Amino acid sequence: MTLPELLFYAFGAIAVVAASIMVGALRSTVGAIVGLVSCMLSLAGIYVLLGAHLIAAIQILVYAGAVVVLFLFVVMFYDLRRDALPTGRQRALRVGGALLGVFLLDRGLRLLGPLGQAPPLPEGFGGYRELGLALFTDYVLVVEVVALLLTTAIVGGLILTKKRPE
Amino acid sequence: MPAEVVWKTLFVLGLVMGVLLPLLAWTEHKQSAFMQAGRITALRAEFRRFTLGALLRPIADLEKRLVKRDRVPAGASRVLHLTAPVFMALPVLIAIGVIPFAGVYRVDDVAQSMVIANPDWGILLVLMIGAFGTYGTVIAGWSSNNSGSLLASLRSAGQMISYQVGLGLSSVGVLMVYGTLQLQDMVVAQDTSFRVFFFLEKLGVSLPHFLLSFPFVLPAWGIFLQPLAFVLFTICLLAQSGRSPFDAALAPSERVSDAPSEDAGGRSGLFYLAEQVQVVLIAGLVTTIFLGGWSLPWVSTDDVLRGLTPLMGASSATLVCITLHFTSFLVKLLLMIGVQMAIRWTQPRLRYDQVMDLCWKLILPLSLLNIFVTGAGLLLVGVQA
Repeated sequence: MTLPELLFYAFGAIAVVAASIMVGALRSTVGAIVGLVSCMLSLAGIYVLLGAHLIAAIQILVYAGAVVVLFLFVVMFYDLRRDALPTGRQRALRVGGALLGVFLLDRGLRLLGPLGQAPPLPEGFGGYRELGLALFTDYVLVVEVVALLLTTAIVGGLILTKKRPE
Repeated sequence: MPAEVVWKTLFVLGLVMGVLLPLLAWTEHKQSAFMQAGRITALRAEFRRFTLGALLRPIADLEKRLVKRDRVPAGASRVLHLTAPVFMALPVLIAIGVIPFAGVYRVDDVAQSMVIANPDWGILLVLMIGAFGTYGTVIAGWSSNNSGSLLASLRSAGQMISYQVGLGLSSVGVLMVYGTLQLQDMVVAQDTSFRVFFFLEKLGVSLPHFLLSFPFVLPAWGIFLQPLAFVLFTICLLAQSGRSPFDAALAPSERVSDAPSEDAGGRSGLFYLAEQVQVVLIAGLVTTIFLGGWSLPWVSTDDVLRGLTPLMGASSATLVCITLHFTSFLVKLLLMIGVQMAIRWTQPRLRYDQVMDLCWKLILPLSLLNIFVTGAGLLLVGVQA
Protein backbone atom coordinates (compact mmCIF):
# COMPACT_ATOMS: atom_id res chain seq x y z
CA MET A 1 0.00 0.00 0.00
CA THR A 2 1.45 3.35 -0.97
CA LEU A 3 1.61 6.34 1.36
CA PRO A 4 -1.32 8.25 -0.21
CA GLU A 5 -3.51 5.13 0.00
CA LEU A 6 -2.51 4.61 3.61
CA LEU A 7 -3.28 8.24 4.42
CA PHE A 8 -6.58 8.02 2.57
CA TYR A 9 -7.68 5.04 4.64
CA ALA A 10 -6.42 6.63 7.85
CA PHE A 11 -8.27 9.90 7.25
CA GLY A 12 -11.34 8.04 6.07
CA ALA A 13 -11.35 5.84 9.16
CA ILE A 14 -10.96 8.84 11.46
CA ALA A 15 -13.76 10.69 9.64
CA VAL A 16 -16.13 7.73 9.85
CA VAL A 17 -15.32 6.89 13.46
CA ALA A 18 -15.45 10.51 14.58
CA ALA A 19 -18.66 11.21 12.71
CA SER A 20 -20.55 8.05 13.64
CA ILE A 21 -19.30 7.05 17.06
CA MET A 22 -18.20 10.33 18.65
CA VAL A 23 -20.84 12.66 17.22
CA GLY A 24 -23.63 10.12 17.29
CA ALA A 25 -23.06 8.18 20.46
CA LEU A 26 -21.08 10.29 22.95
CA ARG A 27 -23.16 11.56 25.81
CA SER A 28 -20.99 14.60 26.39
CA THR A 29 -21.97 17.28 23.90
CA VAL A 30 -18.55 18.90 23.90
CA GLY A 31 -17.03 15.49 23.19
CA ALA A 32 -19.39 15.16 20.23
CA ILE A 33 -18.23 18.51 18.93
CA VAL A 34 -14.60 17.46 19.26
CA GLY A 35 -15.60 14.45 17.12
CA LEU A 36 -17.15 16.75 14.55
CA VAL A 37 -13.94 18.79 14.39
CA SER A 38 -11.86 15.62 13.91
CA CYS A 39 -14.21 14.65 11.09
CA MET A 40 -13.73 18.08 9.43
CA LEU A 41 -9.96 17.83 9.77
CA SER A 42 -9.87 14.36 8.20
CA LEU A 43 -12.01 15.62 5.33
CA ALA A 44 -9.49 18.40 4.82
CA GLY A 45 -6.75 15.76 4.76
CA ILE A 46 -8.62 13.84 2.05
CA TYR A 47 -9.00 17.06 0.03
CA VAL A 48 -5.23 17.56 0.23
CA LEU A 49 -4.70 14.00 -1.03
CA LEU A 50 -6.99 14.81 -3.96
CA GLY A 51 -4.89 17.87 -4.80
CA ALA A 52 -7.56 20.38 -3.80
CA HIS A 53 -5.36 22.41 -1.44
CA LEU A 54 -7.45 25.56 -1.38
CA ILE A 55 -10.63 23.66 -0.59
CA ALA A 56 -8.78 21.93 2.25
CA ALA A 57 -7.66 25.28 3.67
CA ILE A 58 -11.16 26.71 3.40
CA GLN A 59 -12.62 23.57 4.95
CA ILE A 60 -10.55 24.17 8.06
CA LEU A 61 -10.85 27.96 8.00
CA VAL A 62 -14.63 28.08 7.61
CA TYR A 63 -16.00 24.83 9.00
CA ALA A 64 -13.56 23.90 11.74
CA GLY A 65 -12.57 27.50 12.47
CA ALA A 66 -15.88 29.32 12.45
CA VAL A 67 -18.97 27.11 12.16
CA VAL A 68 -18.06 24.46 14.72
CA VAL A 69 -16.69 27.07 17.12
CA LEU A 70 -20.15 28.65 17.06
CA PHE A 71 -21.70 25.23 17.85
CA LEU A 72 -19.29 24.93 20.75
CA PHE A 73 -20.31 28.40 21.88
CA VAL A 74 -23.98 27.50 21.96
CA VAL A 75 -23.35 24.21 23.74
CA MET A 76 -21.23 25.91 26.39
CA PHE A 77 -23.82 28.63 26.90
CA TYR A 78 -26.59 26.12 27.56
CA ASP A 79 -24.25 23.95 29.61
CA LEU A 80 -25.83 20.64 28.60
CA ARG A 81 -24.74 18.02 31.07
CA ARG A 82 -25.06 14.27 30.77
CA ASP A 83 -28.26 14.08 32.82
CA ALA A 84 -29.97 16.73 30.67
CA LEU A 85 -30.29 14.25 27.82
CA PRO A 86 -32.99 11.55 27.69
CA THR A 87 -31.95 8.03 28.74
CA GLY A 88 -34.72 5.95 27.14
CA ARG A 89 -34.53 4.00 23.91
CA GLN A 90 -30.85 3.34 24.51
CA ARG A 91 -30.95 -0.42 24.01
CA ALA A 92 -32.89 -0.25 20.72
CA LEU A 93 -30.48 2.40 19.43
CA ARG A 94 -27.47 0.31 20.40
CA VAL A 95 -28.74 -2.85 18.73
CA GLY A 96 -29.74 -0.95 15.59
CA GLY A 97 -26.44 0.87 15.52
CA ALA A 98 -24.49 -2.37 15.91
CA LEU A 99 -26.39 -4.01 13.04
CA LEU A 100 -25.85 -0.99 10.81
CA GLY A 101 -22.18 -0.96 11.81
CA VAL A 102 -21.73 -4.62 10.85
CA PHE A 103 -23.43 -3.99 7.51
CA LEU A 104 -21.28 -0.96 6.76
CA LEU A 105 -18.12 -2.77 7.88
CA ASP A 106 -18.94 -5.60 5.48
CA ARG A 107 -19.50 -3.21 2.60
CA GLY A 108 -16.39 -1.23 3.53
CA LEU A 109 -14.14 -4.31 3.69
CA ARG A 110 -15.24 -5.33 0.20
CA LEU A 111 -14.27 -1.91 -1.10
CA LEU A 112 -10.87 -2.03 0.63
CA GLY A 113 -8.01 -2.57 -1.76
CA PRO A 114 -5.81 -0.69 -4.19
CA LEU A 115 -7.45 2.60 -5.08
CA GLY A 116 -6.59 2.54 -8.77
CA GLN A 117 -4.78 5.26 -10.68
CA ALA A 118 -6.11 8.79 -10.26
CA PRO A 119 -6.42 10.75 -13.52
CA PRO A 120 -3.57 13.25 -14.02
CA LEU A 121 -4.43 16.67 -12.65
CA PRO A 122 -4.33 19.69 -14.95
CA GLU A 123 -1.63 22.33 -14.33
CA GLY A 124 -2.33 24.40 -11.20
CA PHE A 125 -5.32 22.28 -10.17
CA GLY A 126 -6.74 23.20 -6.80
CA GLY A 127 -4.70 26.40 -6.49
CA TYR A 128 -6.28 29.74 -5.68
CA ARG A 129 -5.44 31.18 -9.10
CA GLU A 130 -7.35 28.56 -11.10
CA LEU A 131 -10.23 28.52 -8.67
CA GLY A 132 -10.47 32.30 -8.68
CA LEU A 133 -10.37 32.45 -12.47
CA ALA A 134 -13.11 29.82 -12.73
CA LEU A 135 -15.26 31.56 -10.13
CA PHE A 136 -15.01 35.00 -11.68
CA THR A 137 -15.32 34.02 -15.36
CA ASP A 138 -17.44 30.90 -15.92
CA TYR A 139 -19.41 31.02 -12.71
CA VAL A 140 -19.56 34.74 -12.01
CA LEU A 141 -23.37 34.83 -12.08
CA VAL A 142 -23.61 32.07 -9.45
CA VAL A 143 -21.07 33.83 -7.25
CA GLU A 144 -22.98 37.09 -7.42
CA VAL A 145 -26.31 35.40 -6.71
CA VAL A 146 -24.84 33.61 -3.68
CA ALA A 147 -23.34 36.90 -2.47
CA LEU A 148 -26.77 38.53 -2.74
CA LEU A 149 -28.36 35.62 -0.92
CA LEU A 150 -25.85 35.84 1.94
CA THR A 151 -26.33 39.60 2.21
CA THR A 152 -30.09 39.06 2.40
CA ALA A 153 -29.57 36.49 5.15
CA ILE A 154 -27.41 38.91 7.15
CA VAL A 155 -29.90 41.77 6.78
CA GLY A 156 -32.73 39.40 7.69
CA GLY A 157 -30.86 38.24 10.80
CA LEU A 158 -30.26 41.85 11.85
CA ILE A 159 -33.92 42.79 11.39
CA LEU A 160 -35.18 39.73 13.25
CA THR A 161 -32.98 40.34 16.28
CA LYS A 162 -33.36 44.12 16.37
CA LYS A 163 -35.11 45.62 19.37
CA ARG A 164 -38.34 47.28 18.29
CA PRO A 165 -38.98 50.77 19.74
CA GLU A 166 -41.95 50.78 22.12
CA MET B 1 11.62 13.44 4.20
CA PRO B 2 14.32 15.49 2.47
CA ALA B 3 17.32 16.24 4.62
CA GLU B 4 17.12 20.02 4.22
CA VAL B 5 13.61 20.08 5.72
CA VAL B 6 14.99 18.38 8.82
CA TRP B 7 17.85 20.80 9.32
CA LYS B 8 15.66 23.82 8.59
CA THR B 9 13.13 22.60 11.17
CA LEU B 10 15.85 21.99 13.75
CA PHE B 11 17.35 25.40 13.02
CA VAL B 12 14.06 27.28 13.41
CA LEU B 13 13.01 25.34 16.51
CA GLY B 14 16.44 25.88 18.03
CA LEU B 15 16.27 29.58 17.26
CA VAL B 16 12.78 30.01 18.71
CA MET B 17 12.97 27.67 21.70
CA GLY B 18 16.65 27.97 22.53
CA VAL B 19 17.37 31.64 21.89
CA LEU B 20 14.24 33.74 21.49
CA LEU B 21 12.05 32.26 24.23
CA PRO B 22 14.54 32.54 27.11
CA LEU B 23 15.43 36.01 25.88
CA LEU B 24 11.74 36.93 25.76
CA ALA B 25 11.03 35.66 29.27
CA TRP B 26 13.96 37.65 30.60
CA THR B 27 13.24 40.80 28.59
CA GLU B 28 9.62 40.78 29.63
CA HIS B 29 10.61 40.90 33.31
CA LYS B 30 13.19 43.59 32.71
CA GLN B 31 11.14 45.71 30.34
CA SER B 32 8.02 45.62 32.49
CA ALA B 33 10.09 46.70 35.48
CA PHE B 34 11.68 49.48 33.46
CA MET B 35 8.42 50.72 31.99
CA GLN B 36 6.41 50.55 35.20
CA ALA B 37 8.86 51.51 37.92
CA GLY B 38 10.16 54.66 36.31
CA ARG B 39 13.44 55.53 34.85
CA ILE B 40 16.05 55.82 37.54
CA THR B 41 15.33 52.83 39.75
CA ALA B 42 14.87 50.63 36.75
CA LEU B 43 18.08 51.80 35.16
CA ARG B 44 19.97 51.14 38.36
CA ALA B 45 18.42 47.71 38.65
CA GLU B 46 19.29 47.09 35.03
CA PHE B 47 22.94 47.80 35.72
CA ARG B 48 23.21 45.74 38.85
CA ARG B 49 21.31 42.71 37.69
CA PHE B 50 22.69 42.59 34.21
CA THR B 51 24.54 39.37 34.76
CA LEU B 52 24.70 36.09 32.98
CA GLY B 53 22.87 34.50 35.93
CA ALA B 54 19.69 36.36 35.07
CA LEU B 55 19.74 34.86 31.62
CA LEU B 56 19.77 31.37 33.12
CA ARG B 57 16.50 32.13 34.94
CA PRO B 58 14.27 30.51 32.28
CA ILE B 59 15.86 27.16 33.12
CA ALA B 60 14.90 27.59 36.76
CA ASP B 61 11.39 28.63 35.68
CA LEU B 62 11.08 25.52 33.57
CA GLU B 63 12.28 23.29 36.39
CA LYS B 64 9.80 24.89 38.80
CA ARG B 65 6.90 24.28 36.42
CA LEU B 66 7.88 20.67 35.77
CA VAL B 67 8.04 19.65 39.44
CA LYS B 68 4.83 21.41 40.47
CA ARG B 69 1.79 19.32 41.31
CA ASP B 70 -0.89 19.14 38.65
CA ARG B 71 -4.33 17.77 39.43
CA VAL B 72 -7.64 17.45 37.61
CA PRO B 73 -10.37 19.52 39.32
CA ALA B 74 -13.56 17.84 40.51
CA GLY B 75 -16.20 17.57 37.80
CA ALA B 76 -13.73 18.36 35.05
CA SER B 77 -13.71 16.54 31.74
CA ARG B 78 -10.54 14.56 32.25
CA VAL B 79 -9.38 13.86 28.70
CA LEU B 80 -10.08 17.35 27.39
CA HIS B 81 -8.61 18.99 30.47
CA LEU B 82 -5.37 17.06 30.06
CA THR B 83 -5.08 17.60 26.30
CA ALA B 84 -6.12 21.27 26.13
CA PRO B 85 -2.53 22.63 26.27
CA VAL B 86 -1.66 20.56 23.19
CA PHE B 87 -4.55 22.13 21.25
CA MET B 88 -3.09 25.45 22.27
CA ALA B 89 0.63 24.98 21.63
CA LEU B 90 0.69 22.76 18.56
CA PRO B 91 -1.00 25.13 16.04
CA VAL B 92 1.33 27.99 16.97
CA LEU B 93 4.41 25.82 16.56
CA ILE B 94 3.20 24.60 13.15
CA ALA B 95 2.53 28.15 11.96
CA ILE B 96 6.17 29.12 12.66
CA GLY B 97 7.13 26.75 9.82
CA VAL B 98 5.82 28.95 7.01
CA ILE B 99 7.82 32.06 7.94
CA PRO B 100 10.82 32.49 5.63
CA PHE B 101 14.00 33.35 7.54
CA ALA B 102 16.16 34.01 4.47
CA GLY B 103 15.73 34.16 0.72
CA VAL B 104 15.97 31.88 -2.28
CA TYR B 105 19.51 31.07 -3.46
CA ARG B 106 21.04 29.00 -6.21
CA VAL B 107 23.39 26.44 -4.70
CA ASP B 108 24.94 24.02 -7.24
CA ASP B 109 22.25 25.10 -9.72
CA VAL B 110 19.44 24.07 -7.37
CA ALA B 111 17.21 26.80 -5.94
CA GLN B 112 17.22 26.59 -2.13
CA SER B 113 14.40 28.39 -0.35
CA MET B 114 15.18 29.24 3.27
CA VAL B 115 11.77 28.35 4.70
CA ILE B 116 10.58 25.06 6.18
CA ALA B 117 7.33 24.84 4.24
CA ASN B 118 6.21 27.11 1.43
CA PRO B 119 2.68 26.06 0.54
CA ASP B 120 0.81 27.70 -2.29
CA TRP B 121 -1.64 29.23 0.17
CA GLY B 122 0.84 30.31 2.86
CA ILE B 123 -1.13 33.15 4.37
CA LEU B 124 -4.30 31.06 4.38
CA LEU B 125 -2.43 28.45 6.39
CA VAL B 126 -1.63 31.09 9.00
CA LEU B 127 -5.24 32.26 9.13
CA MET B 128 -6.37 28.66 9.32
CA ILE B 129 -4.09 27.92 12.23
CA GLY B 130 -5.26 31.08 13.96
CA ALA B 131 -8.84 29.87 13.56
CA PHE B 132 -7.92 26.50 14.95
CA GLY B 133 -6.20 28.06 17.94
CA THR B 134 -9.62 29.11 19.22
CA TYR B 135 -10.25 25.50 20.22
CA GLY B 136 -7.33 25.53 22.64
CA THR B 137 -8.81 28.40 24.62
CA VAL B 138 -12.41 27.17 24.45
CA ILE B 139 -11.56 23.62 25.44
CA ALA B 140 -9.24 24.76 28.23
CA GLY B 141 -11.94 27.01 29.62
CA TRP B 142 -14.75 24.50 29.40
CA SER B 143 -13.00 21.33 30.47
CA SER B 144 -11.84 22.47 33.90
CA ASN B 145 -15.39 22.95 35.29
CA ASN B 146 -14.63 26.45 36.52
CA SER B 147 -17.08 29.27 35.82
CA GLY B 148 -14.34 31.87 35.68
CA SER B 149 -12.40 29.92 33.08
CA LEU B 150 -15.57 29.32 31.09
CA LEU B 151 -16.41 33.03 31.00
CA ALA B 152 -12.85 33.86 30.00
CA SER B 153 -12.87 31.31 27.21
CA LEU B 154 -16.21 32.59 25.89
CA ARG B 155 -14.83 36.11 25.84
CA SER B 156 -11.63 35.17 24.09
CA ALA B 157 -13.37 32.87 21.61
CA GLY B 158 -15.72 35.69 20.59
CA GLN B 159 -12.77 38.02 20.30
CA MET B 160 -10.71 35.58 18.25
CA ILE B 161 -13.52 34.83 15.78
CA SER B 162 -14.23 38.54 15.32
CA TYR B 163 -10.64 39.50 14.72
CA GLN B 164 -10.21 36.56 12.37
CA VAL B 165 -12.52 38.45 10.01
CA GLY B 166 -10.51 41.63 10.34
CA LEU B 167 -7.28 39.71 9.88
CA GLY B 168 -8.48 38.14 6.63
CA LEU B 169 -9.88 41.35 5.18
CA SER B 170 -6.94 43.56 6.12
CA SER B 171 -4.53 41.20 4.38
CA VAL B 172 -6.47 41.28 1.08
CA GLY B 173 -4.95 44.60 0.03
CA VAL B 174 -1.45 43.19 0.54
CA LEU B 175 -2.30 40.09 -1.50
CA MET B 176 -3.51 42.34 -4.32
CA VAL B 177 -0.27 44.32 -4.34
CA TYR B 178 2.05 41.29 -4.23
CA GLY B 179 -0.20 39.09 -6.34
CA THR B 180 0.60 35.96 -4.32
CA LEU B 181 -0.41 34.11 -1.17
CA GLN B 182 2.99 32.51 -0.65
CA LEU B 183 4.98 34.16 2.11
CA GLN B 184 8.36 33.56 0.47
CA ASP B 185 7.10 35.07 -2.80
CA MET B 186 5.81 38.08 -0.87
CA VAL B 187 9.27 38.76 0.49
CA VAL B 188 10.80 38.29 -2.96
CA ALA B 189 8.28 40.86 -4.25
CA GLN B 190 9.47 43.26 -1.50
CA ASP B 191 13.15 42.70 -2.31
CA THR B 192 13.31 45.82 -4.48
CA SER B 193 12.81 49.59 -4.28
CA PHE B 194 10.22 51.95 -5.69
CA ARG B 195 10.11 55.67 -6.39
CA VAL B 196 7.59 57.37 -4.13
CA PHE B 197 6.10 59.47 -6.93
CA PHE B 198 6.12 56.73 -9.56
CA PHE B 199 2.37 57.05 -10.05
CA LEU B 200 2.87 60.67 -11.22
CA GLU B 201 5.39 59.40 -13.78
CA LYS B 202 2.82 56.84 -14.92
CA LEU B 203 0.40 59.68 -15.47
CA GLY B 204 2.98 61.44 -17.62
CA VAL B 205 4.08 64.19 -15.24
CA SER B 206 7.76 64.99 -15.64
CA LEU B 207 9.31 65.28 -12.20
CA PRO B 208 12.36 67.30 -11.10
CA HIS B 209 15.42 65.13 -10.73
CA PHE B 210 15.75 65.31 -6.95
CA LEU B 211 12.34 63.64 -6.55
CA LEU B 212 13.69 60.53 -8.30
CA SER B 213 16.74 59.90 -6.12
CA PHE B 214 17.63 58.74 -2.62
CA PRO B 215 15.19 60.06 -0.01
CA PHE B 216 12.27 59.59 -2.38
CA VAL B 217 13.17 56.03 -3.27
CA LEU B 218 11.86 53.60 -0.66
CA PRO B 219 12.21 49.85 -0.24
CA ALA B 220 9.07 48.23 -1.71
CA TRP B 221 7.98 46.99 1.70
CA GLY B 222 4.39 46.44 2.71
CA ILE B 223 4.58 49.14 5.35
CA PHE B 224 5.16 51.77 2.64
CA LEU B 225 2.85 50.28 0.00
CA GLN B 226 0.03 49.40 2.41
CA PRO B 227 0.42 51.57 5.54
CA LEU B 228 -3.23 51.26 6.59
CA ALA B 229 -3.20 47.48 6.17
CA PHE B 230 -0.02 47.37 8.29
CA VAL B 231 -1.73 49.09 11.22
CA LEU B 232 -4.97 47.08 10.92
CA PHE B 233 -3.22 43.74 10.44
CA THR B 234 -0.93 44.29 13.43
CA ILE B 235 -3.85 45.29 15.66
CA CYS B 236 -5.82 42.23 14.56
CA LEU B 237 -2.88 39.93 15.25
CA LEU B 238 -2.38 41.43 18.71
CA ALA B 239 -6.09 41.07 19.48
CA GLN B 240 -6.07 37.53 18.18
CA SER B 241 -3.27 36.61 20.54
CA GLY B 242 -5.21 38.09 23.47
CA ARG B 243 -2.32 39.86 25.13
CA SER B 244 -2.90 43.26 26.67
CA PRO B 245 -4.34 45.74 25.75
CA PHE B 246 -6.70 43.11 24.31
CA ASP B 247 -6.74 40.84 27.36
CA ALA B 248 -10.39 41.42 28.26
CA ALA B 249 -10.59 37.65 28.68
CA LEU B 250 -7.91 37.77 31.37
CA ALA B 251 -9.00 41.00 33.09
CA PRO B 252 -7.78 40.13 36.61
CA SER B 253 -9.60 43.15 38.02
CA GLU B 254 -13.00 41.88 36.90
CA ARG B 255 -12.69 38.14 36.92
CA VAL B 256 -10.80 35.17 38.32
CA SER B 257 -8.24 34.56 35.65
CA ASP B 258 -7.62 33.28 32.18
CA ALA B 259 -9.16 30.20 30.55
CA PRO B 260 -6.39 27.86 31.75
CA SER B 261 -6.58 29.00 35.37
CA GLU B 262 -6.94 25.42 36.67
CA ASP B 263 -3.93 24.18 34.76
CA ALA B 264 -0.72 23.82 36.71
CA GLY B 265 2.70 22.26 36.32
CA GLY B 266 4.06 21.27 32.96
CA ARG B 267 0.73 21.82 31.24
CA SER B 268 0.61 25.45 32.32
CA GLY B 269 4.11 25.60 30.93
CA LEU B 270 2.71 24.59 27.55
CA PHE B 271 0.18 27.44 27.72
CA TYR B 272 3.00 29.80 28.58
CA LEU B 273 5.04 28.41 25.69
CA ALA B 274 2.12 28.95 23.31
CA GLU B 275 1.77 32.55 24.43
CA GLN B 276 5.46 33.31 24.02
CA VAL B 277 5.77 31.57 20.66
CA GLN B 278 2.76 33.59 19.57
CA VAL B 279 4.71 36.77 20.26
CA VAL B 280 7.49 35.50 18.00
CA LEU B 281 4.95 34.38 15.39
CA ILE B 282 3.25 37.78 15.30
CA ALA B 283 6.59 39.53 14.97
CA GLY B 284 7.60 37.11 12.22
CA LEU B 285 4.39 37.56 10.26
CA VAL B 286 4.42 41.35 10.43
CA THR B 287 8.10 41.32 9.46
CA THR B 288 7.48 38.99 6.53
CA ILE B 289 4.40 40.69 5.14
CA PHE B 290 5.07 44.35 5.89
CA LEU B 291 8.74 44.89 6.76
CA GLY B 292 10.28 43.11 3.81
CA GLY B 293 11.14 39.91 5.70
CA TRP B 294 14.78 39.05 5.13
CA SER B 295 15.32 41.66 2.41
CA LEU B 296 17.82 44.47 2.90
CA PRO B 297 16.60 48.04 2.38
CA TRP B 298 17.65 49.58 -0.97
CA VAL B 299 19.91 46.62 -1.82
CA SER B 300 18.31 43.68 -3.61
CA THR B 301 19.66 40.12 -3.60
CA ASP B 302 20.94 40.55 -7.14
CA ASP B 303 22.83 43.70 -6.13
CA VAL B 304 24.53 41.91 -3.24
CA LEU B 305 25.48 38.88 -5.32
CA ARG B 306 26.68 40.99 -8.26
CA GLY B 307 28.78 43.17 -5.96
CA LEU B 308 30.34 40.34 -3.95
CA THR B 309 30.92 37.63 -6.56
CA PRO B 310 33.97 39.31 -8.23
CA LEU B 311 35.53 39.82 -4.78
CA MET B 312 35.16 36.37 -3.24
CA GLY B 313 33.66 33.91 -5.70
CA ALA B 314 30.10 32.73 -6.14
CA SER B 315 29.75 30.31 -3.21
CA SER B 316 31.18 32.61 -0.52
CA ALA B 317 29.10 35.47 -1.94
CA THR B 318 25.97 33.35 -1.50
CA LEU B 319 27.01 32.49 2.03
CA VAL B 320 27.58 36.15 2.95
CA CYS B 321 24.28 37.03 1.31
CA ILE B 322 22.43 34.41 3.40
CA THR B 323 24.07 35.73 6.55
CA LEU B 324 23.16 39.32 5.71
CA HIS B 325 19.56 38.39 4.95
CA PHE B 326 19.18 36.30 8.10
CA THR B 327 20.64 39.13 10.20
CA SER B 328 18.24 41.58 8.58
CA PHE B 329 15.32 39.25 9.37
CA LEU B 330 16.45 38.83 12.96
CA VAL B 331 16.85 42.57 13.52
CA LYS B 332 13.35 43.28 12.22
CA LEU B 333 11.94 40.37 14.24
CA LEU B 334 13.48 41.66 17.46
CA LEU B 335 12.25 45.15 16.65
CA MET B 336 8.68 43.92 16.26
CA ILE B 337 8.94 41.91 19.50
CA GLY B 338 10.10 45.09 21.23
CA VAL B 339 7.18 47.04 19.77
CA GLN B 340 4.75 44.41 21.04
CA MET B 341 6.23 44.56 24.53
CA ALA B 342 6.14 48.34 24.55
CA ILE B 343 2.46 48.23 23.55
CA ARG B 344 1.78 45.69 26.24
CA TRP B 345 3.22 47.77 29.03
CA THR B 346 1.95 51.19 27.96
CA GLN B 347 -1.63 50.73 26.76
CA PRO B 348 -4.50 50.36 29.27
CA ARG B 349 -6.79 47.37 28.79
CA LEU B 350 -9.82 47.81 26.53
CA ARG B 351 -13.21 46.89 27.93
CA TYR B 352 -14.78 43.92 26.19
CA ASP B 353 -17.40 46.01 24.37
CA GLN B 354 -14.62 48.38 23.24
CA VAL B 355 -12.67 45.43 21.86
CA MET B 356 -15.70 44.37 19.84
CA ASP B 357 -16.50 47.91 18.69
CA LEU B 358 -12.94 48.38 17.52
CA CYS B 359 -13.19 45.26 15.37
CA TRP B 360 -16.63 45.58 13.83
CA LYS B 361 -17.06 49.36 13.66
CA LEU B 362 -13.55 50.52 12.85
CA ILE B 363 -11.25 47.79 11.53
CA LEU B 364 -13.84 46.11 9.30
CA PRO B 365 -14.94 49.26 7.41
CA LEU B 366 -11.36 50.49 7.14
CA SER B 367 -10.16 47.15 5.72
CA LEU B 368 -12.96 47.22 3.14
CA LEU B 369 -12.01 50.80 2.26
CA ASN B 370 -8.39 49.70 1.93
CA ILE B 371 -9.36 46.95 -0.51
CA PHE B 372 -11.25 49.40 -2.74
CA VAL B 373 -8.54 52.07 -2.62
CA THR B 374 -5.87 49.45 -3.39
CA GLY B 375 -7.90 48.13 -6.31
CA ALA B 376 -8.39 51.62 -7.70
CA GLY B 377 -4.68 52.36 -7.25
CA LEU B 378 -3.65 49.17 -9.02
CA LEU B 379 -5.96 50.02 -11.93
CA LEU B 380 -4.56 53.55 -12.04
CA VAL B 381 -0.93 52.49 -12.33
CA GLY B 382 -1.88 49.56 -14.55
CA VAL B 383 -0.31 46.81 -12.48
CA GLN B 384 -1.34 43.35 -13.56
CA ALA B 385 -1.56 41.13 -10.49
